[in-house]
Amino acid sequence: MISQFFVLSQRGDNIVFRDYRGDVQKGSAEIFFRKVKFWREDGEEEAPPVFNVDGVNYFHVKVVGLLFVATTRANVSPSLVLELLQRIARVIKDYLGVLNEDSFRKNFVLVYELLDEVIDFGYVQTTSTEVLKSSVFNEPIMVDAARLPPLGPASIFMQGTKRMPGTAVTKSVVANEPGGRKREEIFVDIIEKISLTFSSSGYILTSEIDGTIQMKSFLTGNPEIRLALNEELSIGRSGRSIYGSRDYSGSSGSGPVILDDCNFHESVHLDSFDVDRTLTLVGDIGKRRLMLMKGPVLMGFCKLDASSAILNQVPPDGEFPVMNYRMTQEFKPPFRINTLIEEAGALKAEVILKIRAEFSPSVTANTIVVQMPLPAYTTRVSFELEPGAVGQMTDFKESNKRLEWGLKKAIFLHKYFQIVGGSDHTLRAKLTFSQESHGNITKEAGPVSMTFTIPMYNTSRLQVKYLQIAKKSKTYNPYRWVRYVTQANSYVARI
Amino acid sequence: MAPPAQSHRSPSPSQPSGKGEVSDLKMQLRQLAGSRAPGTDDSKRELFKKVISYMTIGIDVSSVFSEMVMCSATSDIVLKKMCYLYVGNYARYNPDLSLLTINFLQRDCKDEDPMIRGLALRSLCTLRVANLVEYLVGPLGSGLKDGNSYVRMVAAVGVLKLYHISSSTCMDADFPVTLKHLMLNDPDAQVVANCLCALQEIWSLEATTSEEASREREVLLSKPVIYYLLNRIKEFSEWAQCIVLELVSKYVPTDSNEIFDIMNLLEDRLQHANGAVVLATVKVFLQLTLSLTDTHQQVYERIKAPLLTQVSSGSPEQSYAVLSHLHLLVMRAPILFSTDYKHFYCQYNEPFYVKKLKLEMLTAVANESNTYEIVTELCEYAANVDIPMARESIRAVGKIALQQYDVNAIVDRLLQFLEMEKDYVTAETLVLVKDLLRKYPQWSHDCIAVVGNISSKNVQEPKAKAALIWMLGEYAQDMQDAPYVLESLAENWDDEHSAEVRLHLLTAVLKCFVRRPPETQKALGAALAAGLSDFHQDVHDRALFYYRLLQYKVSVAEGVVNPPKQAVSVFADTQSSEIKDRIFDEFNSLAVVYQKPSYMFTDKEHRGPFAFSEELGNLSIGAESAENIVSAQRVDANDQDLLLSTSEKEESRGPSNNGSAYSAPSYDSSAPLVASHAQSELVSLDQTLPQAPQAIDDLLGLSFAVTPTPAASPPPLRLNAKAVLDPNTFQQKWRQLPVSISQEGSVTPQGVAALTTPQALLRHMQGHFIHCIASGGQAPNFKFFFFAQKAEESSTFLVECIINSSSCKAQIKIKADDQGTSHAFVALFQSALSSFGMS
Repeated sequence: MISQFFVLSQRGDNIVFRDYRGDVQKGSAEIFFRKVKFWREDGEEEAPPVFNVDGVNYFHVKVVGLLFVATTRANVSPSLVLELLQRIARVIKDYLGVLNEDSFRKNFVLVYELLDEVIDFGYVQTTSTEVLKSSVFNEPIMVDAARLPPLGPASIFMQGTKRMPGTAVTKSVVANEPGGRKREEIFVDIIEKISLTFSSSGYILTSEIDGTIQMKSFLTGNPEIRLALNEELSIGRSGRSIYGSRDYSGSSGSGPVILDDCNFHESVHLDSFDVDRTLTLVGDIGKRRLMLMKGPVLMGFCKLDASSAILNQVPPDGEFPVMNYRMTQEFKPPFRINTLIEEAGALKAEVILKIRAEFSPSVTANTIVVQMPLPAYTTRVSFELEPGAVGQMTDFKESNKRLEWGLKKAIFLHKYFQIVGGSDHTLRAKLTFSQESHGNITKEAGPVSMTFTIPMYNTSRLQVKYLQIAKKSKTYNPYRWVRYVTQANSYVARI
Repeated sequence: MAPPAQSHRSPSPSQPSGKGEVSDLKMQLRQLAGSRAPGTDDSKRELFKKVISYMTIGIDVSSVFSEMVMCSATSDIVLKKMCYLYVGNYARYNPDLSLLTINFLQRDCKDEDPMIRGLALRSLCTLRVANLVEYLVGPLGSGLKDGNSYVRMVAAVGVLKLYHISSSTCMDADFPVTLKHLMLNDPDAQVVANCLCALQEIWSLEATTSEEASREREVLLSKPVIYYLLNRIKEFSEWAQCIVLELVSKYVPTDSNEIFDIMNLLEDRLQHANGAVVLATVKVFLQLTLSLTDTHQQVYERIKAPLLTQVSSGSPEQSYAVLSHLHLLVMRAPILFSTDYKHFYCQYNEPFYVKKLKLEMLTAVANESNTYEIVTELCEYAANVDIPMARESIRAVGKIALQQYDVNAIVDRLLQFLEMEKDYVTAETLVLVKDLLRKYPQWSHDCIAVVGNISSKNVQEPKAKAALIWMLGEYAQDMQDAPYVLESLAENWDDEHSAEVRLHLLTAVLKCFVRRPPETQKALGAALAAGLSDFHQDVHDRALFYYRLLQYKVSVAEGVVNPPKQAVSVFADTQSSEIKDRIFDEFNSLAVVYQKPSYMFTDKEHRGPFAFSEELGNLSIGAESAENIVSAQRVDANDQDLLLSTSEKEESRGPSNNGSAYSAPSYDSSAPLVASHAQSELVSLDQTLPQAPQAIDDLLGLSFAVTPTPAASPPPLRLNAKAVLDPNTFQQKWRQLPVSISQEGSVTPQGVAALTTPQALLRHMQGHFIHCIASGGQAPNFKFFFFAQKAEESSTFLVECIINSSSCKAQIKIKADDQGTSHAFVALFQSALSSFGMS
């Protein structure tokens, strides 16, 4: 049971506030914001997603800088509430096209309409974008997406040489296009996040790929969609030797893709998955009708009419994950990181960072940042890039004694440091210390961490072989986009 | 649909100053109220939007209430919705004006469009004005019978809203009965789910006063209802599935076939993308299999992968919620996760609250085979620039050291920390080295060599300083300059702000003195003088106490501060196993995240519709038929043996250890040490169960019956006829000892007949040299605590025995000092119990 739901801006203003049960005081948003902002407990500096103040439980998730909050006095399932908050954010994004403070403020009436239907007296009614369409009457007021800084994982497709139709990420499921007719299209994104740790000698200590096949559909009439994956795909491996990755080199070739585990969206039918690795997404309307007839004896007054059927699970509209998967099978890491620290006298040292892109030259990685904490007594750092290096940036963050390399160029907002596959990049940093180090600098610095995005590259080799949409007519041929991207989640090299 | 009206003029985020704008709005609304001119609706929309936006940012717009109501006469659904929203917010504060809205809401409840009917009904129920409830009954009644499922959906929740405004009106109108009917028959799954939610809340609240309500609440958990809901599980939305699954987790199946049927049915729910559904399913699996120990372990294996996938997909917040649950499971059964330790390695970009959970899990799963790798990983974190993280990691290494038998390598690592010369690392490490020495005195030589090099000037944190001083006192003979270090500390008495450190200093100086009197005399004098004039009461008292002791006899003083000590084998676990069990029972709730049972953070009425586990436990005993194998109570005990049995609790600490430098929660996890032992117990448990009936057959039972245990029977157990145990010792022992046997016994019908009062049984058991320390309860449930001692030695047995006189069953839990003889004892106990009423 949820008592209140509200969305706060970064400054703590209420953007929307909905009270469902009236058993939590009105000032809860303020209490919450103060608590989160000045969180200091058990040495933690960041408020956990769930906490309790005077008997009221506060749940929050951060989405694009906004705080989505729910309160309750009941002992509810935390994962249900947090999942719900995330889902509400997604539903709102489906309707508004762009999710940010501005679009929220312009469309708050529509948001209230959604909130009214999503939760009733604290109980979740539906979070299906499709179902909600029948009860939303406001038209979204679009904000100009082009002027906005890109946010969220979907925005990654807007950069780089392989430019994607950027409109997809900012399109509302209900708004009509300027041309009048809606464009029939569907996007399937295979997003993989890599977590990898290199030991100081360059071994891979741990590695994991967390992937999502995400779909965003703008198809009318909810046709059946079939999605075929690699035929050589096996799921589940023995619990034991999951981390045998001493030798990664031989793993880049072909061979079966082995997932540790995966889960699916509710609308996915796995009838033929075991046979040909095909996922089928079907609308439930047909199935439901059938069930109604088989169901228990109807009461005289429960006459059905057409609209009762659409108020339940129907094939998803808007953005949703079709499948999440996790893989610890060995894979070839996209980047190798080499770090060398040389002492140069009592108060000086040199750090040499070397990065090698181990993927094909046809692929380009972007938004790359390499970071490395330096000894606390470092006072000055001078950098030396390779001759001819373009678009790179180096910085020494005095406040947290951190070295940063890469990032975007300061002048052009959307130009990023790019690395082409197969290339090498080196940075030399000369450190000056305020005191003598206690012998071993490696214990005072590091590890080196890296963030990056590689469009049109996937590490697991999991692929969408085909995407089939049930034809409504001969001329029906919607646009189909299948896009791959690999991102660093936690990519660390110890020194 | 109307185009968005003048979108560019939508309300700006700038804060209006308040009053002026509101009265302005009031004027404009009034002008529009009667107007029928074209375009009026568009202007109204703009004004309504403004009102709602003021409402959102907290400006009081209740003064325009009547104008809003006047303007609501419209067919524009967007306007209607905004008006409903407004009215719902302010009706409570304007009960009189709310009457104005009743009219148009009632009219809308009869609208042709089901959407309007539903919306109006929802708003009508949201007014929350007590004197308007009479207007609710009619529309709700017809709403529940509406042909459209949307309206029925709204009406079902509407009944619950009415109940909260006026429970008597709701009960008088017999709405719960209607809801129950709808729940069991409605074709729309969301209507069913809403009815279920409403009924759960209503019956739970009513149950405190009404017998009938508590019966109805039980009906929700009855087989037909549970099966009905389970059969429709896939029709429900993912959120409603969670509600149904939570209900199913409270269901007590009658046999194991049922358990497997339910699990097979729900198996694919574990592959759901929604973490809430997965956790709810996991809870069902865990609860159902509590009585089937093998299957319970299989469930752990089965749920591992889905939970790990949930942790790594989704937002950090969602993964935190799932990780908290995984943490709970790891703490309960660390051995089952010992090969998965790499999943608990921390990632550098994770928030601290996640890392902390992971460190605890790593600590728990460490065993002989993985310790080296785990400690290596932890040492990496210890060198981390993130100081809180480094501290936690060092503590984790220390905890692992304390729970391992082979600590050789770990000690070296710890000592290396001291060489890092970082203040906080040194501080944390000192505290750990101290604890380590208390458990493994044999390491003192290596440790002292390193600790001796640390200058007390470099240690500032009180806990670390206290630890260092303790070591100086304890190992005074091994540390060359201990007397001089202590002397300089005593001389700078006033610089020491922590009373804890000063207390330690007094004790350490005295310890040092009894070993090396000539060298320490000066330090002792300084410390006692300073201590006697200390403003802190405890410090003063201790100084005075030592002073007088020394005056009396130095050897007595030595006996006090430096008695022969036993090494500490296991440090105290801060959470009792009862609390841990409570949290486990509340799986998939906030209790797991907070690591506290819900009664510690929630008022009774808010513990949720499902939180009736206490009463449920009692009820299931009462209702149990003889062949019913699954009893909540036995299940608890079983489970405890299977996974928990946090045995060997607190051992008395040395007299000078009150400065144990750890704050309580740090020893949370002595479990892994115990786990292997728990498993071996599991085996023995299987063996003992079949023995029980044989023991009961022994009708002679009056003498020291040599119980018919199988083949290699142990020497007969003799009990001390005059055993004594005071209640405090009993309690302490009960807390400290693990359950060594937990099983079901039986009482003869004659025995039950004789059990008119608990005293009858007490006298009988005393005849068998089993003494009672506490008893209570009334028919049909009696609870007894017994104890007995071996004849030859002072080894004690403790028994908790719950007798249900209607089923003739007894739940027996045995705890024993000497685990080896507990089987013999339980047989003895059972035979004594079964002979009750026969003589």
